[in-house]
Amino acid sequence: MTTPPDIERVEVAPVNRREPQSLFKAREKIFPKRATGFFRTLKWQVMAVTLAIYYLTPWIRWDRGPGAPDQAVLIDMPVRRFYFFFIEIWPQEFFYVAGLLILAGIGLFLLTSTVGRAWCGYTCPQTVWVDLFLVVERWIEGDRGARIKLEQAPWSVSKLRKRIGKHTLWILIGMATGGAWVFYFADAPTLAARLADFSAPPIAWITIAILTATTYVFGGLMREQVCTYMCPWPRIQAAMLDEDSLVVTYNDWRGEPRARHQKTQQAGAGDCIDCNQCVVVCPMGIDIRDGQQLECITCALCIDACDAVMDKVGRPRGLISYATLKDYNASTRERPVHTTLRSLIRPRTILYIVLWTAVAAGMLYALLTRDRLDLNVLHDRNPVAVRLSDGSIRNGYTVKILNMAPEGRTFTLTTDGVLGASLVRAGADDPPAAILSLPVAGDAVRSMKIYVTAPAASVDEAETPLRFTLRDTGGAETAVYDSHFARP
Amino acid sequence: MTDKERDALSGVETTGHEWDGIKELNNPLPRWWLWTFYACIVWALIYTVFYPAWPLIDGATRGVLGFSSRANLTASVSEARAAQSRYLAQIEALPLERIRHDPALFDFAVAGGRSAFAVNCVQCHGGGGAGAKGYPNLNDDDWLWGGTLEELHFTLRHGIRSENDAQTRMSLMPAFGRDGILDRKQIADTADYVLSLSGQDHDPSAAARGAVVFADQCAACHGADGGGDRAQGAPSLKDGIWLYGGDRATVIESITNARRGVMPAWGGKLDEATLKQVVIYVHSLGGGEPSVAAP
Repeated sequence: MTTPPDIERVEVAPVNRREPQSLFKAREKIFPKRATGFFRTLKWQVMAVTLAIYYLTPWIRWDRGPGAPDQAVLIDMPVRRFYFFFIEIWPQEFFYVAGLLILAGIGLFLLTSTVGRAWCGYTCPQTVWVDLFLVVERWIEGDRGARIKLEQAPWSVSKLRKRIGKHTLWILIGMATGGAWVFYFADAPTLAARLADFSAPPIAWITIAILTATTYVFGGLMREQVCTYMCPWPRIQAAMLDEDSLVVTYNDWRGEPRARHQKTQQAGAGDCIDCNQCVVVCPMGIDIRDGQQLECITCALCIDACDAVMDKVGRPRGLISYATLKDYNASTRERPVHTTLRSLIRPRTILYIVLWTAVAAGMLYALLTRDRLDLNVLHDRNPVAVRLSDGSIRNGYTVKILNMAPEGRTFTLTTDGVLGASLVRAGADDPPAAILSLPVAGDAVRSMKIYVTAPAASVDEAETPLRFTLRDTGGAETAVYDSHFARP
Repeated sequence: MTDKERDALSGVETTGHEWDGIKELNNPLPRWWLWTFYACIVWALIYTVFYPAWPLIDGATRGVLGFSSRANLTASVSEARAAQSRYLAQIEALPLERIRHDPALFDFAVAGGRSAFAVNCVQCHGGGGAGAKGYPNLNDDDWLWGGTLEELHFTLRHGIRSENDAQTRMSLMPAFGRDGILDRKQIADTADYVLSLSGQDHDPSAAARGAVVFADQCAACHGADGGGDRAQGAPSLKDGIWLYGGDRATVIESITNARRGVMPAWGGKLDEATLKQVVIYVHSLGGGEPSVAAP
């Protein structure tokens, strides 16, 4: 008996064979075949969700009251604010973004140590957009066989038409990608209108052009080469994986010796019928039966392909499966597979979870207790101090008040440390007083010159510590700044 | 030329170059690299056509775009000037007190005044306007000729004892010692009296003798109580601020030889808008006095 007639056997050699490779060679094109099955469906779903998040987020509105942008997620470069739903971040609070990156990093470690390179296979933008580009390619040029035929065919009107159609659609997707990106940096509806009538600022066009080009080149032309040659993650992941990490595994103890003309009952033959379906669906051009390799992004399309074949030849599924090294070793020793949720709980993952939770809790605490008021005082250095005609001494300070609350507030400024100090704001016609009342507009910085005058008798030292205290008259918030008072 | 030779291991041709038995393989450059290189050459050629590039004896080729960084600078400077002209026109037209109370004009005037001060005034008055011996501190509240906007404006425009300006602030203290008006003992006594005015250590009996001399010779300008007279630019001798120093030796030196500081008249040198900006800036340093007649 030969291979069952409804199973196509493909003569194909993997592009990235497991053998020493030349340091330089021209790219070999890969024509991945469409797969169907559980993991392919999961990939479609993840693709829909991630693309929706990317394209729709800038259009979510968020009412922050008059005068403030009503975009939920907005990076406002000109006024240097970052809006994320109810959170507004000022430039000096940018460490929250660093915190988010740390969370993302630890999250990636946690994900990799449990489910392997799931990030690569399902959610990485490169994977998602390559998948999208492949959908277009398949739609216009057909599936694997048709595409190979078209590739080898001489140039004709129909080939040209298909190629132009494909590249046009790719570039349109690239433009949509770049176009969505700029909406994160400006009010989306306004910018969309300005893009439509070509009055958008040059930086928007430049950004769209660059992202269109990179999306087109990375997603359409370079594809798996980005993962293999440009991305650092395949190199790092080796340190993240251990014997409890799920990876796409060819269970050779079951499949070998593979037999092309398999007789179902043939003694000694493995389950693998060498139909190469796992090779042709692979977008990375590898043969998973060579074992784990750098190029594998664990997208599991080979599992889908193999499972379909196993169903047809009447063998149990799972010849290629997600398995840990522990499972694999147990299986080869013909002991039962033991992957359970409990294998997720081990010192390494617990450490990642604890670290992640600690960083997240710290950030949350900092976010909830953060000040919406900041005070900066800069002592004048030229001149350091001035003697007035009545013998008293005056120092000048540049006082900067950051009112990070959305509403305008009035603050009182007082000083401690120098007896009899009186304050006056430069330019104001009010007489000097011990307390200054300073209104500051909402979400604004106010910088002003303040003169502090003190009797010579209360300034003995060359420099006396002077503490400025700023109080919100309508609330409890205070800010202090320690400066000094100098004598001439 | 050696014959072409293939490397046995990789099957790649060698270039024929050999160093100590090591031969160079003729591996091609990556194609994208090569194309980038060609593109750079093409770019360079196009660039030399459009932009100034080739050196000639008298300058360089101009390029068909007519680009010139000097022209760009001139353009941006005149653009900035045009943007400033609206403010400058207002500053020139409006009274000083009005400028001081218009926040936008005030900020503009302080910034402009600071830069004009940095060019014209720091040589004597210092970078922060703190002055030096003989050069008044502009940060304090002690003014020889007055500290209102109008008085500062007049001082700045006409100068102090400036030879080129008929309306200049003028007053001359006699050199009591050098000109033989007072003898050394009288000068010493007067110095003691002056020290007593500002509450410094002094000899009471000498000061009592000096008081008579002071009433006779000095009170006409410095006032009977030594409080000074701004109309004549006569400094107050009672306060803690001394232009040349308040110790006995310096006071004796001042009485003997007199002090006659000179400030140039800036009226002809700076335009009216710049003058006003400097006035606003100096007034904002902390010692500015309110105008007598509010607008």
